[in-house]
Amino acid sequence: MRFVLLAVIALGLTACGEKEQVVVYKQGKYQGKPDNRSWDNAPLPAEWRGGEWKQGDRESWEDSVKHRQLSQNEYKRIGQ
Amino acid sequence: MARMKFLCDAERCIECNGCVTACKNENEVPWGVNRRRVVTLNDGVVGAEKSISVACMHCSDAPCMAVCPVDCFYRTDDGVVLHDKDLCIGCGYCFYACPFGAPQFPQAGAFGLRGKMDKCTFCAGGPEPDRSAAEFQKYGRNRLSEGKLPACAEMCSTKALLGGDGDVIADIYRERVLRRGRGADLWGWSSAYGVKPGAQPPVQQPATSGKS
Repeated sequence: MRFVLLAVIALGLTACGEKEQVVVYKQGKYQGKPDNRSWDNAPLPAEWRGGEWKQGDRESWEDSVKHRQLSQNEYKRIGQ
Repeated sequence: MARMKFLCDAERCIECNGCVTACKNENEVPWGVNRRRVVTLNDGVVGAEKSISVACMHCSDAPCMAVCPVDCFYRTDDGVVLHDKDLCIGCGYCFYACPFGAPQFPQAGAFGLRGKMDKCTFCAGGPEPDRSAAEFQKYGRNRLSEGKLPACAEMCSTKALLGGDGDVIADIYRERVLRRGRGADLWGWSSAYGVKPGAQPPVQQPATSGKS
């Protein structure tokens, strides 16, 4: 009886040593063609109503796009 | 550093489908492919109807990228998730992985063959020379390279759909919520699963007639 009890406890405890079976996420590596960056392009002529930035300058492009994003806020855009 | 995201204000969306039309028109998306669509909850229930415009959410930890067997996805410096159609094999894994149903597959043949995956590009084109004919044909317009925002967000008549840097559009939305005094509860666990009392509208019973 004692032997059976010990065997059951030992068998039960084996579960504690079980390794986690969660899949480890592995970031895929892009295999395709390289892409250009938006700020590497020249701005459009003014009549096309695009943004204005200095070609190749990320900060000025981001400022330009941010200005456009803020125009979505009509509390700021209308009546001020 | 910008992280481009969309945010749809369910209090404002009137289900006009202007965003869907703008996207279709701007990118000349083929028949049967919807990069963006408007989903309406509690359709027809007075006072409880809510609509949101859904497309690729350009996830920071995108499941489509994780499952792609040919690794055709990449993330731009602005946080836009794009893919290379020349590499895509149209397997459809990304469709199963995406919680928003963003990946679309055009019918490539008469026997229901799947074409290469197509999805919202945040109007940022793809891995072809910017503003080129090849880029337009495969991925649509590259408005970001023109210093513009996605056509759907810029076209939205009620400004329900906001597009841009996550921080900026979150600020715009926050200001709205503060002004109208409500709206932040539209999102989150309690509103989605009805934990909060009264969060879910009563189920409308079909009209009963005298006939059996």
